Amino acid sequence: MHTAAVKQSMGLAPPSKAGDAAFKWLTWCMAMMIFVLVVLLGWELFRGSALSLKKFGWSFLANSDWDPVNGNFGALPFVFGTFVSSVLGLMLALPLSLGASIYLTEWAPGWVGQPAMALIEMLAAIPSVILGLWGMVVLVPWLRAHPYPLMQKAFGFLPFFGGRINGPCVLSAAVILAIMIVPIITSISREVFRAVPDSHREAAFALGATRWEMIRLAVLKGSKRGIFAAAMLGLGRALGETMAVTMVIGKSTVIASSLFAPGCTLASGLATEFGDASDDLYVSALFELGLVLLLVTIVTNILAHVLVGATGAPKHA
Amino acid sequence: MNQCLDKQRKAMSAVVSTLCFLCAMMVLLPLALILFHLVRMGAGALNWNFLTQLPGGGGMANAIVGSFVLVMLAVLLGVPVGVLGGIYLSEFGSPRLNWAVRFAADILNGTPSIVWGILVYALMVVPMKGSSAYAGGVALGLIMIPLIIRTTEGMLALVPDSYREAALALGIPKWKSVLHIVLRTAGKGIITGILLACARVAGETAPLLFTAAGNQYWSHSLTEPIASLPQQIYTYARQPYVDWHRQAWAGALVLVFFVLAFNAGVRFLTRGRNPPLAK
Repeated sequence: MHTAAVKQSMGLAPPSKAGDAAFKWLTWCMAMMIFVLVVLLGWELFRGSALSLKKFGWSFLANSDWDPVNGNFGALPFVFGTFVSSVLGLMLALPLSLGASIYLTEWAPGWVGQPAMALIEMLAAIPSVILGLWGMVVLVPWLRAHPYPLMQKAFGFLPFFGGRINGPCVLSAAVILAIMIVPIITSISREVFRAVPDSHREAAFALGATRWEMIRLAVLKGSKRGIFAAAMLGLGRALGETMAVTMVIGKSTVIASSLFAPGCTLASGLATEFGDASDDLYVSALFELGLVLLLVTIVTNILAHVLVGATGAPKHA
Repeated sequence: MNQCLDKQRKAMSAVVSTLCFLCAMMVLLPLALILFHLVRMGAGALNWNFLTQLPGGGGMANAIVGSFVLVMLAVLLGVPVGVLGGIYLSEFGSPRLNWAVRFAADILNGTPSIVWGILVYALMVVPMKGSSAYAGGVALGLIMIPLIIRTTEGMLALVPDSYREAALALGIPKWKSVLHIVLRTAGKGIITGILLACARVAGETAPLLFTAAGNQYWSHSLTEPIASLPQQIYTYARQPYVDWHRQAWAGALVLVFFVLAFNAGVRFLTRGRNPPLAK
């Protein structure tokens, strides 16, 4: 009673609770959109692929025939191509990124490290269609002309490097993917290395370690999980990469043992075939490819998230 | 003996440092090559015609405008949802809920953009019986939401609690204090996040393939298919004609210019003044 009277005398109305409640409710709805989107993604893709799920069941994943003309659809060529190109891309990108981030954190002077990192992040900002264009017009013809024949000469006895050499092929896709994921892995592993306390480095130096020994002992040893998480995030990105891969992988839904043969990935298959899909089953099978792609990237990202969370290294979206 | 070993260790260290340096160079090499080729191949084809004519007349004017329209539509969807969602997390959320939202947002950020395209195809293109600028804008907007929620939440978390307490002590309702004080304090950071999200979606092609679907002419309504720079580049790049490739390079040069200018601009604006209030 008393306080009310004081407020009255000062001419202040009590703050309205209604506004707060409405505001809280509105913002809550928007935050919940995130969960709605997750559910919507899963549900719509599931619903869209119902026909194909019913017709093919689990055999969809094991069937290596993709034959739209006869209505026989199997995802194996796409899954295979996605897996091979992404893992190869990761294998190419990981050593380079680690070397680069070690150089940037441990050797490079500050005036080199900062601008170099900015440039690497610039590479990450280049739209994938432009990397694809560059890959198609510049990189792939060069690879086809110089490194590929050499590789075939040296390792031609292996089935991976046998057969006719194509410019647009699974290996080209892996190279483009490597270029695309290098910035992510480099910037995350750089953060991981920077999180190592300087006292650890000093301790190693005090024991008489050379710089490389210090890096091995003090920096790399404790960063294994962080590096693994960086690799997983890079892999997640590679698995779903669409445009650049579509433009350099050629287009073939036949599984070939040679890396010099054209192929396809889940994402590139969607990009090239969705437009021509004529009948319901075809569309449905493509939806199921999308569903598989979604699940694969979710699993990879969750793995990376759990690992990054556990190391306490900074999270990168 | 000992000295010999020392020499070996030092040599090893030197070798590794050289290798790491070479790695760093290798990582930067593609960027240099891409920019070099972009300028060399793109600059030749870039002229007034290119910026003002339709594809029939050797230009990409409709695609440039289309990209702009699509990003604007995406902003209309992505910014309110993202910013308000971020506000909920930082001002009302509980640790557990925030963790869950952050987790889900990171999952969504990792979702391939082509999957978003398929989602919007199922949600909008099929019911509306055709591709449209709306559908393309929604696809890009959905991609923006998790990006913006994350940056907004992060920026709001940097605003000191004393600001909020001071506002409450003055008897200002919470919603007003959030909108007028907290949001304004973190404004620069939030806008940075929005601009970066715009730069990111402006370069997206995959989600537009079946939603905005591209157009060789001007689109006169948002319910019609609309052209966009990335998609036009893709369309031209797939054709075997040298002249069309030149057009694609010119388009790529324009697109990269916008995207990198955005990024560099943001970097420049925020340089040195990491959110002013962070401790």
